[in-house]
Amino acid sequence: MTHLQTRRRVGPALAICASMIAGQALAQDDIIVAMQLEPPHLDPTSAAAGAIDSVLYSNVFEGLTRFMGDGSVVPGLAKTWDISEDGLTYTFHLQDGVTFHDGTVMDAADVKFTLDRARAEDSVNAQKALFAGITDVMVVDPLTVKVTLDKPNGSFLFNMAWGDAVIVAPDSIDDIKQKPVGTGAFKFVEWSAGDKIVIEKNPDYWGTPAILDKATFKFISDPTAAFAAVMAEDVDVFSGFPAPENLPQFEADPRFQVLVGSTEGETILSANNKQAPFDNVKVRQAVAHAIDRQAIIDGAMFGYGTPIGTHFAPHNPAYVDLTGNSAFDPEMSKKLLAEAGLADGFETTLHLPPPSYARRGGEIIAAQLAQVGIKAEIINVEWAQWLETVFRGKNFGLTIVSHTEPMDIGIYARPEYYFQYDNPAFQELMTTLTATTDPDQRTALLKEAQTTIANDYVNGYLFQLAALSVAKAGVQGLWTNAPTQATDLTAVSWDK
Amino acid sequence: MRRNLILGGILSSLVLLAALISFVWTPYDHAAMNIPDKLQIPNAQHWFGTDHFGRDMFSMIMVGARTSLAVALLAVGIGMGLGVPLGLAAAARKGSWLDELIMRGNDLVFAFPSLIIAILITAVFGAGAGNAIIAIGIFNIPVFARITRGGALSLWEREFIMAARVAGKSSTRISYEHILPNVANLLIVQGTIQFSLGILAEAGLSYVGLGAQPPTPSWGRMLADAQTMVSFAPHLALIPGFAIILTVLGLNLMGDGLRDWLDPRLRVRRA
Repeated sequence: MTHLQTRRRVGPALAICASMIAGQALAQDDIIVAMQLEPPHLDPTSAAAGAIDSVLYSNVFEGLTRFMGDGSVVPGLAKTWDISEDGLTYTFHLQDGVTFHDGTVMDAADVKFTLDRARAEDSVNAQKALFAGITDVMVVDPLTVKVTLDKPNGSFLFNMAWGDAVIVAPDSIDDIKQKPVGTGAFKFVEWSAGDKIVIEKNPDYWGTPAILDKATFKFISDPTAAFAAVMAEDVDVFSGFPAPENLPQFEADPRFQVLVGSTEGETILSANNKQAPFDNVKVRQAVAHAIDRQAIIDGAMFGYGTPIGTHFAPHNPAYVDLTGNSAFDPEMSKKLLAEAGLADGFETTLHLPPPSYARRGGEIIAAQLAQVGIKAEIINVEWAQWLETVFRGKNFGLTIVSHTEPMDIGIYARPEYYFQYDNPAFQELMTTLTATTDPDQRTALLKEAQTTIANDYVNGYLFQLAALSVAKAGVQGLWTNAPTQATDLTAVSWDK
Repeated sequence: MRRNLILGGILSSLVLLAALISFVWTPYDHAAMNIPDKLQIPNAQHWFGTDHFGRDMFSMIMVGARTSLAVALLAVGIGMGLGVPLGLAAAARKGSWLDELIMRGNDLVFAFPSLIIAILITAVFGAGAGNAIIAIGIFNIPVFARITRGGALSLWEREFIMAARVAGKSSTRISYEHILPNVANLLIVQGTIQFSLGILAEAGLSYVGLGAQPPTPSWGRMLADAQTMVSFAPHLALIPGFAIILTVLGLNLMGDGLRDWLDPRLRVRRA
């Protein structure tokens, strides 16, 4: 009997000791990162889904150049490059000794394969425009590749840093959607659909090796479940935390750190510029003046977000603050509506996709528009429905969405783009911008572009989406800002 | 033993009163946002506090009562309006192909989990109060058809029906002139129960975003909106939650009380 009791007491004690040791050992070399959306597949070069880059960018796949956490573009697989006098030829000198995760060597032929595949006629790359100017890709020697453009392109090196331009190998391309093979500091291990993706340290990495041995990405779409998972410490990091209202609680809790940064997400109230009455600039201006941005940031995002007055990221040096152009002024708005012959207001639809910036922001905007007589019927839609009806079908009056691609003011030069802004002068301006390489001239052109769309009141410009992440207090090296959709774990480590 | 009826009646009338008063008066405009005043706990200015947009919760609950009652009432109306004639017809032609058709059709509808099908209907035809009413209404049809048929079947054996038959009345006339008044008690009791289930179903549909759309206040959506804020503003969830509980409790008590009061057999047993 005594014997048994002793064993009973010692047993759990031993178990506790064991778990403490295991817990400490684990805490130092692996990490669980949660995010809201699961990738549809794992090929960043053939889908628009940002979730793919969120898992794989920089971790598994690398491009010729790459984004850093502060948004700067630095050398990636290309160690250095020479640009010809006329700006038409880029000669990339590749890093030596780079291998793919399957053991094959990464050389100029892979770069040629990647770029040719992306710009091919039948390419399914979501950002074909990045490669549009390339006329020829030539292998000079295994470590040198020469890319020729049809005209100078000031943002070519920036373009090559995108997740859509990462280098892939012809040997592994067939299975890339399920089994991605890249050159990064982590290699892909497994994907349990609906649950998690596991990556582990690549021991043969050519550059600075990763500090962590293993990382697991978990997908938790429900904001309430996200809150519970972080609170229960089931996950170490939640990248892109969906419920800003919960952040003050994490901030007050010493177990956690909250990372608040900026994203490339211009959150806008898009108007269907081809549909009456939004084809009238006065009506769009009236809408812009009816909106109180601060109320939306406070009400929908609990204060997280920076007001914008045009389609441009405020942290970019070329940004012009044009918020005064569309300041909150309901009287002005009513006057403009009267001038447009709509003194009694009008009815329209407001399509809202699932994120809270849209659903909550939309409720606030509908209430604000009602104040000036515009009756916006709220239609809540899922993403698939939004893409179908709004983005492809262009069957909407107003919608709210965050445009998360970096430097995407060029979408205003595409008259077929869903908000259907068709201004030849602006299209001309974008053509000039693409052909301009001088930084000062580019800045001037970008400023002109921002002012043009703000003066045309193409859309209602609301705020720059904040990058909100929660991590356990000991996690270091995470990106605070989100210059592109990525959860770069290559420099992440645990404190102590 | 009228306690149930009285308590249920009081609770239900409170909700009904709130809904009716909301047509002419609410303390604040239920849709007026005032973001600097958001998330206030109940206080003298805002009796039920304010929500995450600074809207007055008391006004929202009042107007939300209107939404809940209207949806549930119309849904029960659809169920009764279609279910009762079907039940009467099935009973009048007991054992015929018509009876079989109606009752197997009912079984078919009954076989589906009601809320799931309601979600399907609103997902296919679009979210909104109108489709929620239809979705909930459809599931009320077999309930009323069965209870009507069950009540009517035993009546068809009674002498006074025989007498009416002998007098040459058509079965349709008999159904409406003699059967219906005698099953009315059953229908009123069942109607009350279905009404409370309708309120729950409406709250459920709104909770998943398929009921009344914003800015129309709805208790279910208030709960859904409160979900991520429960940890720091529990009143956002507690208040609409209690509104739903008390309404459903009230209607159920009233249903029980009505049954005790209206059912002659129960009355005899007690006496």
